[in-house]
Amino acid sequence: MKQRIGVYICHCGGNISDYVDVEELGKMFHQEENVIISKDVMFACADSNQKDIVADIQANNLDAIVVCSCSPKLHLHTFKNVAARAGLNPSNYVQVNIREQCSWPHSDRPREATVKAAGLIRAGINRVSYSESLENIELSVKKSALVIGAGVSGMKAAIDLARSDNEVFLIEKDFFVGGRIAQKETLFPTNQNGKEVVAALYNEMKKFPNITIFTGATVEKVSGSLGNFSVDIKVKPRYINPNADKKAVKRAMEECPVSVHDDFNLELVERKAIYKNYPEALPDVPVVVAEALKDATDFTGKFASTLNLNEEAQTLSLIAGSVLVTTGYDHYQPKEGEYGYKTISNVVTLPELNRLMEMNSEKLVYKGKQIKSLAFIYCVGSRQTKGDNKYCSRQCCTSTIHTSLQLKEKYKDIQTYHLYRDIRTYGKQELMYAESSKQGDLYFKYEEKEMPVVSVDGKSTIVKVKDYLTAKKEMEIEADLVVLVTGMVAREDATTISELFKIPIGRDKFFNEIHPKLKPVETVIKGVYIGGTCQGPKNISESVQSSLAGASKITALLKSGTVMVDPITARVDADKCTWCGKCSDVCDYTAIKEVLFGEKHVAGVNKAVCTGCGICAPVCPVNAIEIAQYTDNEIESMIDGFMQDVIITEKEAVVEEKDEEGKVGMKEYPLVWREILAGMTDEKNTIPEIVANTKLAGELVTFHLMTMNRYGVVVPAGMDAKETYYYYKRK
Amino acid sequence: MTTENKSPKILVFSTDKISDPGIDQAGLRKIHYAPSVYVISLPCSSGVKPKWILHALEQGFDGVFIAADGHECSYSSRCADHTNTIVEVSQALMKEKNINPRRIRMAALCSVCAEPFANHMENYGKILASLED
Repeated sequence: MKQRIGVYICHCGGNISDYVDVEELGKMFHQEENVIISKDVMFACADSNQKDIVADIQANNLDAIVVCSCSPKLHLHTFKNVAARAGLNPSNYVQVNIREQCSWPHSDRPREATVKAAGLIRAGINRVSYSESLENIELSVKKSALVIGAGVSGMKAAIDLARSDNEVFLIEKDFFVGGRIAQKETLFPTNQNGKEVVAALYNEMKKFPNITIFTGATVEKVSGSLGNFSVDIKVKPRYINPNADKKAVKRAMEECPVSVHDDFNLELVERKAIYKNYPEALPDVPVVVAEALKDATDFTGKFASTLNLNEEAQTLSLIAGSVLVTTGYDHYQPKEGEYGYKTISNVVTLPELNRLMEMNSEKLVYKGKQIKSLAFIYCVGSRQTKGDNKYCSRQCCTSTIHTSLQLKEKYKDIQTYHLYRDIRTYGKQELMYAESSKQGDLYFKYEEKEMPVVSVDGKSTIVKVKDYLTAKKEMEIEADLVVLVTGMVAREDATTISELFKIPIGRDKFFNEIHPKLKPVETVIKGVYIGGTCQGPKNISESVQSSLAGASKITALLKSGTVMVDPITARVDADKCTWCGKCSDVCDYTAIKEVLFGEKHVAGVNKAVCTGCGICAPVCPVNAIEIAQYTDNEIESMIDGFMQDVIITEKEAVVEEKDEEGKVGMKEYPLVWREILAGMTDEKNTIPEIVANTKLAGELVTFHLMTMNRYGVVVPAGMDAKETYYYYKRK
Repeated sequence: MTTENKSPKILVFSTDKISDPGIDQAGLRKIHYAPSVYVISLPCSSGVKPKWILHALEQGFDGVFIAADGHECSYSSRCADHTNTIVEVSQALMKEKNINPRRIRMAALCSVCAEPFANHMENYGKILASLED
């Protein structure tokens, strides 16, 4: 139990003390057992106050401190650092939130707010009494990173990681790098060809001897933890003899008699059973669909020295200090019959149109018919009120409008119709929307409750839509091609990666970061980061930004060779534990395993893997598990603190001034503002004059006058004769 | 002045990454709720021990509210089920001690659920005030 506790209660200007009697509380807790110092302070977070706390800890040999101020989200680390600077273990610090969870929500009942604050502070003192000095856990880390997925995000991250002297393993499930952008003929806003971007990144990667690329590779098994992940990968065979003559390989591709589905071109065409995704695809080695050639014995016999149909998959083990997952997304696949998809012959998806455009250089032709008009239906598979995909895929509006501009540039005489719910071409992309409108693209707005209907009338395909831009008038659009603007969905194999690395998946089935703003690329698994569209819909720039953020995090993590991790983990009382396995069953991170304690079988916690979530603790039938900083003593003593009776001396009510015009009552201003106003004469006043009249600190008066000026409570009234001080006047 | 207060005392178990920011936001926006609501923040709502709930009720809290992470949980996709089990186990223990099972309540709260939190507190306060056990 801590016996020399310091308590600091913050006014936060007037944010707390206007409603909570901070001075009274400061006096009250001074009499508390084991509390050596109890002070009310104007701004606990101010540099000067931080220095005072450090001095207090050292001069009074404090063994714990409690700061009662704002939310821990703002200043928990500030005061932990204060403790550390004073030589006190930061775990012996507790922050009590008497602003967001007391003075502000209870500003309507200041007396009760003071009573509640007393309970909160007492709970904080009780909790810190049971605090233990915890040390961060030091782990050694291998200076290597595993990047999963060689799309644009993964490749950019791999280059950055390699540039920072990390060993990089980049694994790609496909046989060729590039991911989705290789399927894009032109990219907004630079109009670069996607394949050229892929080639540039690949060639850049080849300059780094510390990058090893595995294509046709999947993760099979993962063990270990931060600093030392052991990952087994399976590399599928290409069935091409590595020593084969390049000309012979090329000839084999040309002469191959068997065709298979062309996944790269979304099955719009077929390709040879010896293929590259596209002629310039990298690595520059084709792949054989061996199964398809099993009956083509004449052909395989002719190219026996070129092909190696007996080649087997290899399993390799890699050790990585950290992991970046950049596995990308899948296109939403419309259901059969959804807007006529697969049931009406000229209905395609936007990704399919993009492939068609690349395959048709002069005229846009689909199923033998030249396309002169296209109707785009937006939000297919996105923003579903009733379906699974509630989210907006955010990049499809831009992608469609960009495609529309490309259509007119490439094929000239072509008309496009856009049936949208809302156009979300945010940022610079809005310029493209304006350009599209200028060039004559027609836009119709529909609502989800009245979706467009695609039907066939003789030889024509008709799209009917109630246009909300023209008083819900029903329009009929005849289109040569109906294009469904499909959004992004999580990859089908996301659950496999999730299970292997224990990355949580959100309701939208994309990987979950810890916090979208504060920890946007971190997962709850220490050392595992996410980047790009595996996390949710993003455009290419945003994908690269997030993967580079992940790469920077990893570089910082691996730099020193060791890493300190948070000591808030589960711990098992081996005397109580009878090993029933329930704690292990509920742990999603396999952090708890059966171990021997002497001759007794008990639960053992791998602290490097444990996230400190605490899910294991309530399921223990003998209460043998606790989480550091959330022990029974700490939580139950907090509850006791809330319930303890509080007696506070009641003060006389402040007589409030009334505004003459009755517009703004003085009571609505914070206490400090009222004091400043009372300290001002009817004429203009300098800051030193107000300080002299109010006895408030100069910095405090200056700070509040600026805010009061912003809210029109006071006005500046020029400078004094020496031009040293501004005058302020009551408004 | 003493702690005499007519509003039922509610202990809220929130979580530092999901519901706590929502509760903080209620304060930031000056959305009022009863001052007899006290919050303890944990890493995950599936980490609340039934014995803590019992302890709170035995010490005089009128009700315990678990602000569940549900599907938003960054630790476990099974969080809603785990938290639900905790409530069920707690209610069984409460029954043994003749405590009304309605004195424990669980609802999902997200990081921007400021108004929903205040509404929950108001509604739950009314329910607790009506209980006669």
